[in-house]
Amino acid sequence: MNNGKKGFFAKLKEGLAKTKKNLTEQIEGIIFQYKKIDDDFLDELEEILITSDMGVETTMDIIDYIKEETKKRKLEDTLEIKNVIKEYLVNILEEHQVPEVTDKQRVILIVGVNGVGKTTSIGKISYRLKQAGNKVIVAAADTFRAAAVEQLKEWCNKAGVDIVASEQGSDPGAVVFDAIQATKARKADILICDTAGRLHNKKNLMNELSKIFKILDKEFSEAHIDVYLVIDATTGQNGIVQAKLFKEACNINGLILTKLDGTAKGGIAFPIVNELKIPIKYVGVGEKIDDLQDFNAQDFVDAIFE
Amino acid sequence: MFENLSDKLQNTLKKLKGKGKLTEKDIDAAMREVRLSLLEADVNFKVVKDFIKSVKERSLGSEVMESLTPGQQVVKIVHEELVRIMGEGESKLKFNSNDITYFMMCGLQGAGKTTATGKLARKLKKDGKRPLLVACDIYRPAAIKQLQVVGKSVDVPVFEMGDKVSPVTIAKEAMNHARKSGNDVVIIDTAGRLHIDEDLMDELVEIKNTVKPQEILLLLDAMTGQDAVKVAETFNSYLDITGVILTKVDGDARGGAALSIRKVVDKPIKFLSVGEKMDQLETFHPDRMASRILGMGDVLTIIEKAQDAFNEKQALELQKKLKTQSFDLEDFLTQLQQMKNMGPLDELLEMIPGMGGKKLKGLKIDEKELVYTEAIIQSMTKKERMNPSIINGSRRKRIAAGSGTSVQRVNALLKQYEEMRKMMKRFSNMGTGKKKGGFGGFKMPF
Repeated sequence: MNNGKKGFFAKLKEGLAKTKKNLTEQIEGIIFQYKKIDDDFLDELEEILITSDMGVETTMDIIDYIKEETKKRKLEDTLEIKNVIKEYLVNILEEHQVPEVTDKQRVILIVGVNGVGKTTSIGKISYRLKQAGNKVIVAAADTFRAAAVEQLKEWCNKAGVDIVASEQGSDPGAVVFDAIQATKARKADILICDTAGRLHNKKNLMNELSKIFKILDKEFSEAHIDVYLVIDATTGQNGIVQAKLFKEACNINGLILTKLDGTAKGGIAFPIVNELKIPIKYVGVGEKIDDLQDFNAQDFVDAIFE
Repeated sequence: MFENLSDKLQNTLKKLKGKGKLTEKDIDAAMREVRLSLLEADVNFKVVKDFIKSVKERSLGSEVMESLTPGQQVVKIVHEELVRIMGEGESKLKFNSNDITYFMMCGLQGAGKTTATGKLARKLKKDGKRPLLVACDIYRPAAIKQLQVVGKSVDVPVFEMGDKVSPVTIAKEAMNHARKSGNDVVIIDTAGRLHIDEDLMDELVEIKNTVKPQEILLLLDAMTGQDAVKVAETFNSYLDITGVILTKVDGDARGGAALSIRKVVDKPIKFLSVGEKMDQLETFHPDRMASRILGMGDVLTIIEKAQDAFNEKQALELQKKLKTQSFDLEDFLTQLQQMKNMGPLDELLEMIPGMGGKKLKGLKIDEKELVYTEAIIQSMTKKERMNPSIINGSRRKRIAAGSGTSVQRVNALLKQYEEMRKMMKRFSNMGTGKKKGGFGGFKMPF
């Protein structure tokens, strides 16, 4: 376990190298420049935080928190600010973490807008869960996008798990229904459902998602159902609306933050977690099958600031 | 896409509009709100700073302060500055006039490259070109298959060599293939990559040096946050891109990226990709976009959409029918179908001046009405369509059953048609010989 944790930290740090450089370097830059905590310093800090996609609201909350703490703890030196920010950010992320699910039978429904990395994440998750000794079945319910089923099949081959699929254009609800029957018949532990990417403002497509969720809820009520929203770390403030509407449609209870190996800071995760009160479950840091890690708030924030 | 941003800006600026005199304080307060709206819309931080600075400077200048309607003047300045940021005028694709033209598509993973590649191919084909698609994404599972499916749906050939050959070799071979099979535009779809992946970026440079493309288009997701600028800057520094296609514009992101790109990398946005259907690619017009953001409407785009959807020959025929008053339900159906070709009705309405923003909220247009109407007409016999007056009670019942609607709906439609005929009669009596071409006074009764 210790080993795994180290692996996570190293990977994330590696992936976040650029992120870290930008955010930390910038913050250290102004810490060095100002030395004293004053309004100018806070203005500059505000700018840096906003450029990390944390959003105006979260940024203002952080600034307010700093002001309060500075007064309370009688801080003067800007050097101490880094820890105050870290504290605050870890708090946001940790507050909504939930203990690992221990149910024997589980369903994981993966949803999100187009191109965030749903299929890739499913490949990685099924590999991990299979390695951990579970029998996994994947449902290819993205019946819309060209070649989505083929893409998922290749991942399932790599991960060594079974897939239930139908042809392009067929009803995704029917695929999910078949997959539930297969999961029961083959006595599998975990069913993972892929879905087509959809923009959250398309009503019909969101209704389709609600329908899929209802099928799972009704036909597989004995299993524990998780619905994870995949968010691309490069996403801007629109991520909050995405999360809200997906939550309305299919009651998401976790996030997967992908593409953290780019230069994006994934700052949008903070306002989402804060507002929707759901935890981040996994982070994606690359294209290889083992480039997906359990989320740990302290490590995540450390990796940004270390 | 810009809906939310424009709501916010409109509200802020409305407060100014009513005032007879503006003080520096008024402008400061307004600018603070504008700044927040822009930041929340993911406009790049530096761009926001510059924008606010120049709007403020100009607003405090004499052109505003001495004006009788200072608020209006500020709105005008904001509009002008928005246009300035996004670049003026539309940017056309560059073609090689005496040989094969090459376009290269690049971008991050999941930006929508393959979909946009298909849309671009469809557009070129419609413009009379003979495009060829090239599958250079050898990394992502099933990427080649995806391009093949997309190619098939727009009826454009796809060149591929599997995923064991290097993309540079594929590009080179594609050039020979295009020459042999007589294609005049070649679009190269490349694999999505992170802009910090040096090996993969070098691969793009190699492809570029091999095919020497006329256009290198960066695909950028409209939902991208502050990182958008960094991505564009990096791709540009490797490849010297020629333009940007903004994708997933049909989401509700506030589209700040669109406002930042031109300013930061000085490359134009060429197209907006607005949906999953292959005909949903729009030319980008900065001035029109600025008008849309400020709720001034975008009539030009509607006209263009109409021109695209209505076929000229049919239009002339229709005009003839209108004049001779032989417009029957068959023509009515054609009209309906052409209307549908123009895209979702609420999208169109949004572009009408005065209709944007708040007014439309709550007013949901029922596209289903059109579907019912279509079904009803399609349930009629040819004879009934040509001569609706023969539709009696029992025919009405049959039509209602056949279309899965009710007799009331059939009645309503027939009444609507009758009214339309009367209206046309009046029109053709009024303007005989005056109107030439176009749709002039013709209106659909919705």
